Amino acid sequence: MSQTVSTTKTHPKLQPHFYSMEQQLEASTLGMWVFLVTEVMFFGGLFMAYIVYRNMYPHAWVEASAELNWRLGGLNTLVLIGSSLTMALSVRAAMLGQKKGQLINLSLTILLGCVFLVVKFFEYKAKFEHHLVPGPDFNPALEQGMQIFFSLYFMMTGIHAAHMIIGIVMMTIILVMAAKDSFNAEYYTPVEVAGLYWHFVDIVWIFLFPLLYLLGRHGA
Amino acid sequence: MSSHHVPSIRMYVSVFGALLILTAITVFAAGVEMGALNTPVALAIAVTKGTLVVLFFMGVRWNTPLTKTVAISGFIWILILFAMGMNDYLTRGWLGVAGR
Amino acid sequence: MKEAAVQQEPSYLEAPYGLASWLLTKDHKRIAILYLISITIFFAIGGTFAAMLRAELVTPQGDLLTADLYNKVFTLHGVVMIFFFLIPSIPATLGNFFMPIMIGAKDLAFPRINLLSWYIYVLGAALTLTVVMLGGVDTGWTFYAPYSSIASNTNVTLAAVGVFITGFSSILTGFNFIVTVHRMRAPGMTWFRLPLFVWANYATSLVMILGTPVVAITILMVAAERALHLGIFDPRIGGDPVLFQHLFWFYSHPAVYIMILPGMGVISEMVANVSRKQIFGYSFVAFSSLAIAVIGFLVWGHHMFVTGQSIYAGLVFSIITMLVAVPSAVKTFNWTATMYKGSISWDSPLFWVLGFMGLFLIGGLTGLFLGTMGLDVHLHDTYFVVAHFHYIMVGGGVMAFLGGLHFYWPKMTGRMYNETLAKIASMLVFFGFNLTFFPQFILGYMGMPRRYHGYPPEFQVLNVMSTGGAMVLGVGYTLILLYLLYSIIKGPKAPMNPWGATGLEWKIQSPPITHNFHETPVVTEDAYDYIHAPAPQRGGEE
Repeated sequence: MSQTVSTTKTHPKLQPHFYSMEQQLEASTLGMWVFLVTEVMFFGGLFMAYIVYRNMYPHAWVEASAELNWRLGGLNTLVLIGSSLTMALSVRAAMLGQKKGQLINLSLTILLGCVFLVVKFFEYKAKFEHHLVPGPDFNPALEQGMQIFFSLYFMMTGIHAAHMIIGIVMMTIILVMAAKDSFNAEYYTPVEVAGLYWHFVDIVWIFLFPLLYLLGRHGA
Repeated sequence: MSSHHVPSIRMYVSVFGALLILTAITVFAAGVEMGALNTPVALAIAVTKGTLVVLFFMGVRWNTPLTKTVAISGFIWILILFAMGMNDYLTRGWLGVAGR
Repeated sequence: MKEAAVQQEPSYLEAPYGLASWLLTKDHKRIAILYLISITIFFAIGGTFAAMLRAELVTPQGDLLTADLYNKVFTLHGVVMIFFFLIPSIPATLGNFFMPIMIGAKDLAFPRINLLSWYIYVLGAALTLTVVMLGGVDTGWTFYAPYSSIASNTNVTLAAVGVFITGFSSILTGFNFIVTVHRMRAPGMTWFRLPLFVWANYATSLVMILGTPVVAITILMVAAERALHLGIFDPRIGGDPVLFQHLFWFYSHPAVYIMILPGMGVISEMVANVSRKQIFGYSFVAFSSLAIAVIGFLVWGHHMFVTGQSIYAGLVFSIITMLVAVPSAVKTFNWTATMYKGSISWDSPLFWVLGFMGLFLIGGLTGLFLGTMGLDVHLHDTYFVVAHFHYIMVGGGVMAFLGGLHFYWPKMTGRMYNETLAKIASMLVFFGFNLTFFPQFILGYMGMPRRYHGYPPEFQVLNVMSTGGAMVLGVGYTLILLYLLYSIIKGPKAPMNPWGATGLEWKIQSPPITHNFHETPVVTEDAYDYIHAPAPQRGGEE
């Protein structure tokens, strides 16, 4: 590695402790991946609880899963996958310095994220109405284990939704930055890094959907 | 994503299509009674979908070996929690305690 | 690389000037000092709680503190010492200060995130202090369910949130170190030329990244169960409290390696220096840090032998626990081999090194006693366990921290402390520590349970010895605080390399300039090249 800074003049976005834009981008990308590893471990604790209790109460797990609306869950899955596509396209547009592409795709990503949250809101509302929210209001006639399923359902989808909200806020900030022509082929790090986060949140849902929603379909 | 590799729109749309198809398959497969196989099948499909997102949408396919290592390490590490944890739950009763 | 003898640039302490420049700094060295002040305050708070416990235990009856209050005091002692002192201690102070310098970088990869980690620490600390003022929490630092999630009527939720927030400080530090070591090494600084301190902190960072999030979600589950009735561990609805323990110890066992690995890194630096010799088996020591980090994740069930965990699983955890001792032993052998036939300097760093090695040895070996499932049935939840972990965390971790603080003090502050007082203090700490905790091994073996405010009268003599030792320990720590603070005001100016040590950090001025180096260094020599190292410089002149 050369000791000297790149031969072109220093990019205004180059932080003083880095010696090149490429090093800065590599460090940021690596950093976001290290952070995503912590997120995997974070959600992983909940998945562990899921595995333990599913092993303990297999029948209750199926019964409880059948109470969830798999069509809405499936719709949300498609919505998130679509938002991942638009997110990837907006990173690509940033790489190519295409302002219009960035604005359209980022807006679509945000929009799809909001659709997801709206669907979730209606799902949660239905749970309240059917006495499926753990606590004093939970239907006492239901099989043991079902209340734990719903505790995990709310924690897992709730924390996932919190991540979605953070993601939407981040994307809005990125959208504003893109509108101000902040990104081009030499500097698109924030879009790249935010995109990684967004895709990760999508991947969590890819696992949540079959594990929470689809057990009741075959009654195994 | 490597700063020098710009993927094509077609690549992204193809992956998107694959993800849609896999979602449909997982919904369909869940409705088919396969006994103990239902869960592994569902997980296999989810892992495939996740892998597609990681490799292509997140660009790990074109990243450095270090990034690839970091990306896989989280999933491996959580498997430690699952495996050693379930090692307890699944083996209770295998060995008795002397005197009981 | 030559450093100018005359200071042309102000040090990081002098410029920029003003409180705002410190509170908004991006300089890793200033952030290290901010952390140093914070953790010292929390060490004093945690120590005060310890003093209350030891005062109570002078008499067999529970007469000074009620049982409920005693529960709160030992809980807060544990929470404060572990989360607010030990876990950040070396990484956030010495690590933050020296990791960039040791690899030849101007700063960490993400300086603003470094500052953010300190503010997050402060926020978590403020919440915990609020808990203290609102009457404390009495679940033990281990927050076991279902007591924590259902039954306790103390401020569990707030304490859980405080710990949750502080965990992010740890995660951000680890994340910064990992990216920095991978992406910001100077030209020529290959992995196997890195100081062992860097290897140790890198391994620690891996543990921080992989483990902390699990305890974060676990604590969140307890808080959710309390506040939102989302029962997950509640036995009344079919929940399993042992699941809490699996999730909790998945992090908390590796956490003890977070608390000792950086210390081992400091000791490696100091051992090479006091022996004026290349570290024996450098790559073995380097890899042993990674081995401890990895294997440390596979042993958590040894905290759960008597919980009803499967005996077979206990067997597996027990065997792997024996294995995790091996890399630690490798380090100890290698340090000893380094000192053998070395040219030993009779300076204060030596005292800390020797103190560490003796105490860590005892602590580590007694861990093997506890890892043996059959023995643990007898020793679990007794003072044997308390003695074991204090030998490692205080005898090992705190001694290494203090040793490192002394070793690097001239570089960080530009001042020399009083050598004689330092030697006296280290001996007071060593003696006081042994007097405090060795009797506890005997007490535990004889059956005295931990976390009790009263005990049978036949245990009194040993308890009084233990409290006496704690007083000596307190005097030792106070002495250190006093002469170190004094040195900042009145100490002689430190030369660039007072210990004649190797490493990039000893080739820059004391204290360093803000950007560490005038030019990016190019590294051509291996670490610990003591054959070519300069002689120790003494006195106030360069």
